[in-house]
Amino acid sequence: MSRNAIPPTVSSRQRRALPRGAAAGLMGLALLFAGTLPARAAAVGDVAPNFQLPATRDPQSGAPTVRLADLRGKVVYLDFWASWCGPCKQSFPWMNDVQSRYGSKGLEIVAIDVDTHSDDARAFLAALPPRFRVAFDVQGVTPRQYAIRGMPTSILIGADGKVLLVHNGFRAEDTAEVEAGIQQALAHAQN
Amino acid sequence: MKRLVPAAACAAGLLCAGCAHVQPPQPWEKAELARNVMKMDTDPLESAFFSHIYFSKEDSKGGDGVGGGGCGCN
Repeated sequence: MSRNAIPPTVSSRQRRALPRGAAAGLMGLALLFAGTLPARAAAVGDVAPNFQLPATRDPQSGAPTVRLADLRGKVVYLDFWASWCGPCKQSFPWMNDVQSRYGSKGLEIVAIDVDTHSDDARAFLAALPPRFRVAFDVQGVTPRQYAIRGMPTSILIGADGKVLLVHNGFRAEDTAEVEAGIQQALAHAQN
Repeated sequence: MKRLVPAAACAAGLLCAGCAHVQPPQPWEKAELARNVMKMDTDPLESAFFSHIYFSKEDSKGGDGVGGGGCGCN
């Protein structure tokens, strides 16, 4: 055995390098995960996030837009729909009915289309013409803002801009409950 | 070489994430999944026959069917 067969000395700085690198890597991992945490949903009681979306399928500059802030003072029924969503086909006639009955009392229905190709919505809207406002969100900004959990999702926003009700899906048997919420919100807004 | 070890450890830590940061499709992004060709059982009669044979052999019933949350609808 040679006299020079001594294990090479490792400086304390070198000894710290590996755990430091691993710690940095883990922190990077943590940051990655932090980015994937779900946004806090627009829960009941929160102020509904403002948005501005085109009201036409092919928006050009100067085309009309729908802005939530402009509807402050009215009870807003926000509905996220898409042409590929089955229950949405049932919800449109109901929303037409609700808008006609409560529109004069201060209800505004805003139906946001989340189709990435707004051409898909053309056939849907031709078959079920809406008598309420429709906005088009091709980028998917508002569903992310409101952190919706399913399609369709409807959110009732009071006249003060706060979320009153979040409803997932559309079923005929739930409409009574939602309508009661609308009536309550309208009564509260008029006071 | 001295700087390579912590850099490699850092990279290894990040690579360990793998696909963990990739999120499943959000409910409003499921347009493609809602297409007819994406259905698992396109022929209801064939599915009925299959279920009948399968559950006859298993001598039990149930446990199949849509969970209801797949497409995000309802």
